[in-house]
Amino acid sequence: MAVRYALFLGCIIPNRYPSIELATRNVAQALGMELVDMKGASCCPAPGVFKSFDKFTWLTIAARNLCIAEGLGCDIVTLCNGCYSSLKEANIILKEDATLQDKVNGILRDFNKKFYGKVEVRHFIEVVQREVGIDNLRRFVKRPLRLNVAVHYGCHLLKPKRHREVKSVERPTFLDELVEALGAKSISYRDKMMCCGAGGGVRASNPDVALDMTKEKLKNIKDAGADCVISPCAFCHLQFDRGQVEAGLQLNVPILHYVQSLGLALGLEPEKLGLYSHAISVEPILKKLAY
Amino acid sequence: MVSERSEGGEAVIKATEMDPKFKYEISKIPGAEKIMLCFQCGTCTADCPIARFSDAYRPRRILRMVQLGLKSRVLSSDVLWLCAACFTCVDRCPQDVEIAGVLRTLRNLAVKEGFMPAVYRELATSVLETGLAYKIPASRLRKRVEAGLPPLPKADVKSINKLAEVTGFSKIIQARRT
Repeated sequence: MAVRYALFLGCIIPNRYPSIELATRNVAQALGMELVDMKGASCCPAPGVFKSFDKFTWLTIAARNLCIAEGLGCDIVTLCNGCYSSLKEANIILKEDATLQDKVNGILRDFNKKFYGKVEVRHFIEVVQREVGIDNLRRFVKRPLRLNVAVHYGCHLLKPKRHREVKSVERPTFLDELVEALGAKSISYRDKMMCCGAGGGVRASNPDVALDMTKEKLKNIKDAGADCVISPCAFCHLQFDRGQVEAGLQLNVPILHYVQSLGLALGLEPEKLGLYSHAISVEPILKKLAY
Repeated sequence: MVSERSEGGEAVIKATEMDPKFKYEISKIPGAEKIMLCFQCGTCTADCPIARFSDAYRPRRILRMVQLGLKSRVLSSDVLWLCAACFTCVDRCPQDVEIAGVLRTLRNLAVKEGFMPAVYRELATSVLETGLAYKIPASRLRKRVEAGLPPLPKADVKSINKLAEVTGFSKIIQARRT
């Protein structure tokens, strides 16, 4: 596929998981996808914090990021449900509300920027669906991922549903299908659609409550006999991975970002996917896959 | 389990505490338009994953407090900051009230009154200082280059700061009561 996307890194990936970025760059190369850096981009900004403080400032900072992609002439790809939700919602609001768009552009003028509404905001998952397609994806697989996987969608991949194209927010299947296309088995577990606990700024403001939720999910995942969790979101990834250390859990459930699991299935070496820098070691999975 | 009554101040509500205009003010703000349609069925609280793990957070109760006009009680309450924005309540509300949107609206108003968790303020300040929500240690930036990644694209901090000044955001995060 000869496609070009503006890579929106956000904050969590550069700060905690450059491993996810490394995996993304190598996977993109393997799939023939060109990623363009977004120079001057800032925090999306974090929906929980910024939208909670002042919706208009949130919208304007997001618009500024969208303008950078418009300048590059390509759609945005994100690896975090938070960035996805924030940028996508801002893009929709600005395209639909001409008065707000004018107001935001009035401010952006001072920074030599103007929002035109020329680009789309895509999640990496959507890009795989659209540009590769599920049947085609199976053909790319060189090393089938023979693992029992607990798939975690993360709330903002699916919601708010009026801004999403998914058919079901209660029982979605597209991510399970994308995981199974890699040769894995998506197993069912209790409260699968429950939030990881981190969203809305709760990880920052009420870490104990956030970790209690994380613990509950991970226990259910462990009880179901999963080898690992696969999530498409850097923030859920952080909450599950570091959360196990922060809460002092002895569950040792490895977490993979979807892009890392895709990389493994494509036959890329674990080093190229940043698999050795997780808080919870992924060695048990690699062993099972005979690395 | 703590009863709903014991949270959020005195159980007895005085008529002088109630601001009858509050619900109308709120219902003009995008996301909170349907606040008056809430008939207190409690589906939001029953389905809320946060409510399962925190005795303090009861979305139905917050909505009722808004309808009653208990403005200062609501806006000064720490429980506003417990919503994970998972949208489960929004999906399941039989009256189509966008509860997570109401919570977001209340947070915006609380911040205008000077109520904000200190940790949120830190994150916001970090965005103004570095462009990102976290101050990334130099050692981590070196490690990424060692791992074979290109240098991190620099955020345009100057623009973000100026922008936050124009929208009044810089002032908002300086005015602080909590």
